[in-house]
Amino acid sequence: MRVLVTGASGMLGRVTAQALLARGDEVTVLQRRPAGLPCREVLGDVADPGAVRRAVTGQDAILHLAAKVDVVGPWPEYARANVVGTRTVLGACRAAGVPRLVHVSSPSVAHAGAALTGVGAEPADPATARGNYARSKALAERLALAADSASLAVLAVRPHLVWGPGDTQLVQRIVTRARSGRLPVLGTGAALIDTTYVDNAAAALVAAVDSEAHGEPLVVSNGQPRPVAEVLARLCAAAGVPGPRRHLPFPVAWAAGAVVEGVWTATGRRSTPPLTRFLAEQLATAHWFDQRRTREALRWRPEVPLEEGFARLAAWYAAR
Amino acid sequence: MNSAPLLPAGLPGVDPAWSRTVVVADATGAKHTWHLLDNGVRDPVGTLLCVHGNPTWSYLWRRLVAAAPPGWRVVAPDQLGMGFSDRLPEPRALAQRIDDLGDLTAALGITGPVVTVGHDWGGVVSLGWALAHRDQLRGVVLANTAVAMPEGDLGPALIRLAHAPGVRAAVTVGTPVFVRVTTALSRPPLPAAVRNAFAAPYAGRDRRRAVGDFVADIPFRRDHPSRVRQEAVAEGIRSLDVPALLLWGPRDPVFGQRYLDDLRQRMPHAALHRYEGASHLLPEDAPQYARAVAQWVTDLDATPPAPALAGDTAERPWAALAARADDESPAVVEVGGGTVSWAQLHRRVEDLAAGLRAAGLRPGARVGLLVEPSADLTAAVYAVWRAGGVIVVVDRGLGLPGMRRALRGASLDAVIGSAQGLAAARAMGLPGPRFAAGPLPAPARRALGVAHDLAELEALGRAAGPAPDVSADGDDRAVLFTSGATGPAKGVVYTQAQVAAQLAQVRAAYGLTAADRFVAAFAPFAVLGPGLGVASSVPDVDVTAPGTLTAAGLAYAVRAVDATVVFAAPAALRRVAATAGGLTAEQRTALAGVRLLMSAGAPVPAALLRRLREVLPAAEMHTPYGMTEALPVTDVSLEEIEAAGAGDGVCVGRPLPGVAVRISPLSPTGTADAPLTAEPGVTGEVCVRGAHVKDRYDALWATERAASRDPGWHRTGDVGHLDLAGRLWVEGRLPHVVPTAAGVVTPVGVEQRVEQLDGVAAAAVVGVGPAGTQAVVVVVVPDRPGRRRSLAPAAPALADAVRAAAGTEVAAVLVTDRLPVDVRHQSKVDRTAVARRAARLLAGSRTPARHR
Repeated sequence: MRVLVTGASGMLGRVTAQALLARGDEVTVLQRRPAGLPCREVLGDVADPGAVRRAVTGQDAILHLAAKVDVVGPWPEYARANVVGTRTVLGACRAAGVPRLVHVSSPSVAHAGAALTGVGAEPADPATARGNYARSKALAERLALAADSASLAVLAVRPHLVWGPGDTQLVQRIVTRARSGRLPVLGTGAALIDTTYVDNAAAALVAAVDSEAHGEPLVVSNGQPRPVAEVLARLCAAAGVPGPRRHLPFPVAWAAGAVVEGVWTATGRRSTPPLTRFLAEQLATAHWFDQRRTREALRWRPEVPLEEGFARLAAWYAAR
Repeated sequence: MNSAPLLPAGLPGVDPAWSRTVVVADATGAKHTWHLLDNGVRDPVGTLLCVHGNPTWSYLWRRLVAAAPPGWRVVAPDQLGMGFSDRLPEPRALAQRIDDLGDLTAALGITGPVVTVGHDWGGVVSLGWALAHRDQLRGVVLANTAVAMPEGDLGPALIRLAHAPGVRAAVTVGTPVFVRVTTALSRPPLPAAVRNAFAAPYAGRDRRRAVGDFVADIPFRRDHPSRVRQEAVAEGIRSLDVPALLLWGPRDPVFGQRYLDDLRQRMPHAALHRYEGASHLLPEDAPQYARAVAQWVTDLDATPPAPALAGDTAERPWAALAARADDESPAVVEVGGGTVSWAQLHRRVEDLAAGLRAAGLRPGARVGLLVEPSADLTAAVYAVWRAGGVIVVVDRGLGLPGMRRALRGASLDAVIGSAQGLAAARAMGLPGPRFAAGPLPAPARRALGVAHDLAELEALGRAAGPAPDVSADGDDRAVLFTSGATGPAKGVVYTQAQVAAQLAQVRAAYGLTAADRFVAAFAPFAVLGPGLGVASSVPDVDVTAPGTLTAAGLAYAVRAVDATVVFAAPAALRRVAATAGGLTAEQRTALAGVRLLMSAGAPVPAALLRRLREVLPAAEMHTPYGMTEALPVTDVSLEEIEAAGAGDGVCVGRPLPGVAVRISPLSPTGTADAPLTAEPGVTGEVCVRGAHVKDRYDALWATERAASRDPGWHRTGDVGHLDLAGRLWVEGRLPHVVPTAAGVVTPVGVEQRVEQLDGVAAAAVVGVGPAGTQAVVVVVVPDRPGRRRSLAPAAPALADAVRAAAGTEVAAVLVTDRLPVDVRHQSKVDRTAVARRAARLLAGSRTPARHR
């Protein structure tokens, strides 16, 4: 099977491409910088029609992961990478007659800020999504699912909080902050959150390529919700750094997030801010998901339990 | 028939397709446009004709339209002048309204069978229609209504207030107050959108005219023009022989209990369900009424259940007493109190029974017993039975509000009480004459309204001569209230045959004969002695504090009757075990004569039974399993507990001879609807069959229907499984199971494994999230708890240990210093409350509202 993976420079894209290669698929990857994978590589921007056309043509299936995932930044950058990028990929699929697209989305596209406890994949809603990332991904998912047709079967998969060895997003940020003593627990730290070990998320995406499900979003997680403070503590323990000790009341964190966002926006700073309202909500309210439909549709189950994932992460840090 | 453009859009719960209008001419030829809700079923099996009261409209019945039984048409008209039907120039009298309804059903082509459904003053109108259409009538359903002013009643105060001429016009027509207040009576309060829907047809003064006219048509005065027709309906329904169902909200400030009693007296065959907590607008306060009505209607044409027992082949519950009428040996010994011989007790019961009859107690009368466990209570129980009455017993642990709710709904005819019990009866406003258990000073008698004390009743009885035996197997003998651990206490009704079967079951289970004597270390058990034909002794301890009994106190009570058997509750046994060290040699010898210890009321830890071996070296240790509805179901000995070992749940042993246990397997969402099975290893709701199982729940038709939906079987609400050896393991309560995506987790087995951990005193396993994909949460109480009631995340080491022990995926481990427990046993954890608190904590913080 010939499969294109867009955005293979990130952790999930790289692991997924490796999983496809391991089972003998003919893999092409598309991203701006070399990913260092033993496969055909097209370098370019996902919003560049020429590069995308070259990568898409002749594929049996597309796994579209490429996205801007930063916590802050100006809206046009999100719109270009996430909305225009998705539209470009969809157009190329139609032009090249590719029959299958797996659009990688995010549960945040349907998160309006209130606690999510055991919910399924609600429809993406750009009007209520929190922050530029979620809003742009909501628009992108809507475009992708609207393109689902008899000739192009589109499935949206929303992996939730993916982590694992080599993660430069979630894990590394937490560890960096914890090391410098700037990782507080918000509120009681009891909010239950789902996370996904990277190998499980990659296996779900491979299963999504093979699946006949289409025209719907599916949330993917380990199906093992944990109190957020426990997740933070175990990630820190795996990395060998002290866990969070300070508690910050949620309203304080939320207000601080608002101030920080204002400062960053006003001064045009591009660095990752210490706190945003979106982040405060993510760290203080429950968000865990009903996995029954996902597991039925993908005929997939997470092979790596959280405990095993933490052990693998610890081994990876120990080997560094 | 036209579709109605007049119904506003977006009324919650109404399908606009139900809304119709039809023009009907009345007897004078005047044409009126009716508005109705109609599910439009063609060629129906039957029709539910639903009549609203004042000032509601057909909107009241929307849930019943939605829940229509298969093949049934549901028609709910707006009465003329009301709802979205035509307004009228004149007031409409009751007789006319009844005729109007007949004109409407004729115009709609309704030919029967018809079940009428009426609420409030719609009840009278619907019954008027019913009496005029007997050939079509299949049944009647009534909710919070009245057909008559009960004797001596001055009319519901609120309506009378609205009835005063100046007030009526102002309240009912001039302003929307009456319309608004009616929906404000609802408990729990209605959502604003629903209240607005009720008010929608009554927006202007001219739209409300009929609301005031309706109130004016209530015939309070004898010379009221509608009085004749109202009385004809009230009398006419005495002859209705169709099935009837009464649905009642006891918190109704308008139609109180006396209106229900009046209806039941006119229709004694009616089934009844009281929805505890519901008020006047029953269809709003108890939305589940719709399913109950649909079930009841569906059952109308199902095979009728086996007729109630009419014979009298079972032993009388007082038979053992009668058999020992000449026996001068002790029947009941109260250590530190008196001794009553069999002959004395028999005499007293006979005299009391005759006295109760002489004082006016009818056979079948319900007598509330508010007497602390004592010789007086024992005599009163058997005397009420012997007189053909029904004892009504409620646990004081429910507290005054809980007792009040239970007893006020039990339709008492009389109360026997101690001074304290009678004071409570007065505070609770219980009906019926009062009999004092002991002599009282004259002022107290007057204050408490005492008709007679027991000694006076005995004298009355001696003068009147023996009471005839009027009892039969199928007669009610007892209403026992459950502990209310999972909702309001339920009244459980036992017939005479079932009481006899229960006594026989206990006798057989423990091999009791007239040669045995037992100690009631838990005082209420003493009441059983005369029924079992076994002499008993009651230790000298405060009956309200069983935990004060010492080993020496037990030995004293054993010696008093040379007891062979000890009946106890776990609370009493803990202290007995703890004080064993102080026993003298003589006391030990007396205790060595005990052959059997039976501990009931709550699960007894095996470790406690083992420690009791030191106190009762020769005794077999037994603990039965059962519930208010069926006791005992199984029995297990200490040896059997030890042989069974650890497993998923508590091993309660094998079903007793004559008792059958089956399992109704759980679905993935935690319900138990599958057919019953005896297959080992299958977890589900425990179902019981036996001659001693309850007859029914009292005044809870829908609850009874659900609990006995497998004919002949009682659903216990407990969850468990049978093992290969035929032993039953109890794994928790049905509402407490945790339906996860990987399967249903039952709490008890996990709790037991976690409670084995060092540093853990107690654990509760609950679920959070939607059924079918819940996450398991373990809440632990540490060995050395503080006083914190709130929940908090556990430290990582504890969380790891709990996860390792649990044997199932655990999302969160929380700690607390106290788990909420039931009032009666102080041991059943209210996992529903724990789950609610855990869900709140684990949902995390709330985003500031204004930014959501």
